[in-house]
Amino acid sequence: MANGKLFGTNYSPPDLVAKMTGKAKYAEDFRAEGMLMAKLLMSPMPHARVRNIDTRAAEAMEGVHAILTADDLPETDNLVGSDRALTMEPMYQGEPILAVAAVDEQTAANAIEAIRVDYEPLPFVINPLDSLRPGGPNARVGGNTVKDRKDVVEIKWTAQDFAEAGEEMPMGQPEEEFELGDIAKGFEEADLVLDETLYHQSQSHHPLESRSCMAYWQNDKLYIHVSTQSAQRTAPGVARQVGIDPTQVVLIAEYCGGGFGSKIGGTVNMAIAALLSKKAGRPVMHRVTRSEENAYGRARPGFQGRIKVGFKADGRITAFDMYLIQDNGAYGRSGDFTSASRCVSLNYTPLNMRFRGISILTNTPTRAAQRAPGGVQITAMVEPVIDKAAKELNLDRIEIRKINAPDNDTVYGSNQHNVTSAYVRETLDKAAEMVNWEEFKQQSGRTNGSKVTGVGVALSSYVAGSRGFDGLMVIKPDGNLYVHQGIGNLGTHSTFDTARVACDLLDIPWENTVVVWGNTGKHLPHSSVQAGSQTTHAHTRANLAAATALKKNLQEIAAKELGGSPDSYDVSGGRVHRKGNRASGMTLAHAAERAIELGAKYDGHEVAEDINEWTKTAAAGLAGQGAMGAAKDNYGGEGDLWSFVVGVAKVEVDRETGAVAIQHYTAVCDTGSVMNPRGLKAQILGGSVQGFGLARSQKWVYDPKWGVPFTQRLYNAKPPSILDVPLEMEGAAIEIPDPQNPLGAKGIGEAPFGAGVAAVLCAIQDAIGEFDLKRSPMMTDLIINQLENQAQPYKVLETDV
Amino acid sequence: MAETELEQEPKSEDDKSYSRRNFIKGVIAGGAATYSAGYLFRAGVANAQSSAPGAVERLITLRVNGQDRRVDVLKQETLATTLRYKLGLTGTKMGCDRAECGSCTVLLDGVTHYSCSVLTHTVRGREVTTIEGLANDDGTLHPVQQAVVDGAGFQCAFCAPGFIMSMVAMVDANQSPSRAEAAQALSGNLCRCCDYDKILDCAVSAADYSRRG
Repeated sequence: MANGKLFGTNYSPPDLVAKMTGKAKYAEDFRAEGMLMAKLLMSPMPHARVRNIDTRAAEAMEGVHAILTADDLPETDNLVGSDRALTMEPMYQGEPILAVAAVDEQTAANAIEAIRVDYEPLPFVINPLDSLRPGGPNARVGGNTVKDRKDVVEIKWTAQDFAEAGEEMPMGQPEEEFELGDIAKGFEEADLVLDETLYHQSQSHHPLESRSCMAYWQNDKLYIHVSTQSAQRTAPGVARQVGIDPTQVVLIAEYCGGGFGSKIGGTVNMAIAALLSKKAGRPVMHRVTRSEENAYGRARPGFQGRIKVGFKADGRITAFDMYLIQDNGAYGRSGDFTSASRCVSLNYTPLNMRFRGISILTNTPTRAAQRAPGGVQITAMVEPVIDKAAKELNLDRIEIRKINAPDNDTVYGSNQHNVTSAYVRETLDKAAEMVNWEEFKQQSGRTNGSKVTGVGVALSSYVAGSRGFDGLMVIKPDGNLYVHQGIGNLGTHSTFDTARVACDLLDIPWENTVVVWGNTGKHLPHSSVQAGSQTTHAHTRANLAAATALKKNLQEIAAKELGGSPDSYDVSGGRVHRKGNRASGMTLAHAAERAIELGAKYDGHEVAEDINEWTKTAAAGLAGQGAMGAAKDNYGGEGDLWSFVVGVAKVEVDRETGAVAIQHYTAVCDTGSVMNPRGLKAQILGGSVQGFGLARSQKWVYDPKWGVPFTQRLYNAKPPSILDVPLEMEGAAIEIPDPQNPLGAKGIGEAPFGAGVAAVLCAIQDAIGEFDLKRSPMMTDLIINQLENQAQPYKVLETDV
Repeated sequence: MAETELEQEPKSEDDKSYSRRNFIKGVIAGGAATYSAGYLFRAGVANAQSSAPGAVERLITLRVNGQDRRVDVLKQETLATTLRYKLGLTGTKMGCDRAECGSCTVLLDGVTHYSCSVLTHTVRGREVTTIEGLANDDGTLHPVQQAVVDGAGFQCAFCAPGFIMSMVAMVDANQSPSRAEAAQALSGNLCRCCDYDKILDCAVSAADYSRRG
C-alpha cells in the first residue's frame, strides 16, 4: 500500500495558491455587517482579587455596546484547575478581567480607561523553588499545586531539604514517583556517575497569527471564526465555553497561522467574542495583540532538574535518577514533566531508573503543550550530560547513544508499554553516514583566528500517532471524490497529505479530488486533534478505512447493475469495472448516481454503527449526494507510536565575543514511510530551527519584584530569524515502515524540536570545551563568562532571568 | 492604564510590599501595560465614528495595486490598518504591529516597508503594492508566487504574504541571488514555523522564474 501513485511523492497542496495570493482567510480577515471591536482590561498585577468593578462611566460612553465580565461566563465543571476567558482573581500579569465591545477599538480602549477596578493585591511567586521554601508564597489562595485536577493544595519542603542541597537542587517530597529496577544497585555497578543540577526555561509559543476571533449569532446558532489547530474537535470546546450545545456551533477555521500546541482545541478567549456578540446583538471581532498573545497565548513549562546518571565504561547507562520541578504557571497541571520521564526511559533504556517530580504553580502565563511537551526540555537538559560522559569515558558520541538506544522490543516508562517501532540505531547510522561523521567530528576544536569549531549530536523522540478515528468521503455524480477532513489546517499539509491515501486506493487522480476542511458546517467527521504528531498516522488509517468502505460499495453497485459478484469488480481509471476488462463497467459518476438511487448504505443513509456520533451527523448531512464511504479506523495495533530524530550540528564560537554561528545542521528521522518528502523535510528542519531558538536566544525575563514580564514581544522574545540558520541544512528519513500502519506512516511534528535544541547546545559545549553550562539558552554573556572564568550573573536554579 | 484603587497602604517599606505609587513606578519601569495598548484604530467596517470638529480626518486618494482608492483616513492611522479594515485587502497580515515580524510588508514605489509602521497619510502619491496586486487579473500568478507554489513553500503561511513581497523586491534588485544574499534580503521577515530552509529554496527559484519571465 505504501507504494501508491501519490503516497511518497511531492506535490503542491491545493490551499497554496490562496495562501500565496492573500486570499486565504485567517480569523481576523473576516468582516460582518455591524461588526463591533473588542478590547480587554487585563490585570496589571501578577496576583490580585478584584473587589469591585465600576463600569458606569464606560457604559455611558457613546459607541460602547457591551461589557463582559467573569460573571457573564457560563459555569463549567473544572473551575479550580483551568483558566477561563475572564476572571475576578487574576493569577498572572496580563490575565483578562473584562472585555468591552464598541464601535471601534479606540472607543473600546477609551471605555477601558474609564473603568475603575478595585484590586486587592495577593502574594505572588515566579520561581517554583521560592514557593517550596518553608513559608514561601503560594501562587493561588490555598496552595501551590493542583491535585487530582481539581483541588489546590499546599506543599512545602523543609528547611533541611534546602540546607542539605547547598548549591545543587534540593529534593524534598515529590508528587510523582516511580522506580524501574533498583536504582541504588544501578549506581553501584556504574564506572562513572554524573550528578548535575540543570535548568530549562519556560517559553511562549508565539505563533505568528495571534488568537484573534470573530463571532456572530444567526438563528440561535453561533458562527465563530477562530485560529485553531483542530477543526472538528474545537467545536465542542466552543460550546462548553459559551454554554450552548455543540450542534449550535458553526466553527470556521480554514487556516491557522501557527499553533505549536497553543491552539490545540481552540483558545481560551473564544468565549469573549461569542458572548460579547450575544450581549450586544452584533458581530464582534476580538483582535489579539502581540503582547496579549504573550500573556494568554500559552507557554511551555520550564524545568529545574537534578539528573544523576551512572555509566559503565562502555557507555551503557546502568542508572538514571531524575528529579524535575515543573514551573506550572497558575492553572491546570502540565504533563510535561511526566512525559519527560517517558522520553528518558525510551531514549536511553536505562537498566535502572527512578523518576521524581513536582509541579508547582507560579504567577506566570498558563502553560500548554508546546511541540514535544516535556521531550524538548529533557532532551536539551540531558543530551549535553551524555556528551560529558562520552568525553570522560573517551567514547564516540554516536556510539554512546547507540549502546543505549531502544529498538522494537523495548518497553518503557512507568507502565512498561511497548512501542510499535523504534529504529534508532539505524537513524544514528544514517546521520553518521550523511555527515561523514568520522571526518565531521575531526573538526571539533579547530580554530580560525578567535573562532573555534564545535560539533554536536542529539537524539530526540516523541509520540507520533493515535488510532480509532473516522474517515468520511463521497464520490458525487460529477465524478469527483470529496474527502471530508475534520483535522485542522495548521500548515503541516497533513489535511491534504492524508486525503491522498483515498486517491491511491480508488485510483482517482488528485485533480479529481476535492478536500473539504475547516468548517464544521461542511460535515466533518470525528477526527484526532491536530496535535501530538497524531494526524499522519491516525488519518492515513481513517481515510484508508473509509476509502476501503467506499470501494466495497462501488463494487456492490456494479454487481447489482451488471451482474456477477462484487469481488469480480475493480475500481481504477475513474471506473468500476470487471477485473481485467475496463470496458465492462461504469464510470464513477454513473456509480454515484446509482448509489443515490439505491440509497441505504450506498449513499450514506445508513452508516456503520461503530462510527462516532459526530461522524454520523456529518454523514447524515451528506447522505443522498453520491456514493459514500464512512468508516472507523479499526486496524487496531499494540503499543505506543513514537518517532525519533537525530540532529547533527556544527557551530563556530568566537572566543572573543561569545558569538555563535550555526554552520551546518543535518536531521534524520525514523518516522516510518514518507507520505510527502518535501513536507517531511520542512517539518524536521522547521522543528529543529525552532529548537535553535531555545538553544541560543529565547527566554523569559521577569521582574522579580513586581512579577511582570519584560519579554512580551517578538523583538525581546527573540525567535530565530532567517540569518540564524545555516545556509545548507539536510533532512532525511530512514523510511522503514511502521509495521502497525497499513501505510507504514508515523507522525513527525514533535521530535525534531528537541534534536535542534540539543544538537546546538552540545556543539556549543564542544566548541568551548567546557561541559558545565547547565542551562539554556547559551547566550553570548554566559559563554564569555565561562571562557573567561568569570562568575555567571545568576545561579543555575534561578528562573526567568 | 485603568484606574486602580488600593485601599491599604503597606505598613512596611519591604521590597515586596505594594503601594500604588511603587506599583505604578514598577510597571512603568517594566514597560508593562495594564491593557493592550497595542494597535488601536477606528475601524470603518460599519460604524466608524464621525470625525470630531476640527479633526484631521479626511478623505484621501491612495494608489493601491494600480487603482486609485478613495478612503477616509485618520491622522494616526497606519497603512496596514487602512489596507485591512478600509480597503478590504486582508492579504497583508499583522503579526506584531510593531515592525518586528514583517508579516505586513508591502511595496511603496517598489521598496519594502512594514505597513504597520507607515502612516497612511505619508503614502499619498506613492504606488502601494500588496500581495493582492501581484497576480494578473486572469489569475496568472506572479513568477515569485508561482515559484513558491511549485516549491510548496511555507507551512502555516501567515508570514507568506510579507515574505513574498520581500522576494518580489529582492528579485527586482538581484536577478540571481545566492542563498546568503536571499537570506539577507528576507531577514526583515519572521517565520515562526521556521521553514527558512524551504523559504530559501523558494527564493532562489523565484529569482530563476523571474529571470525566465
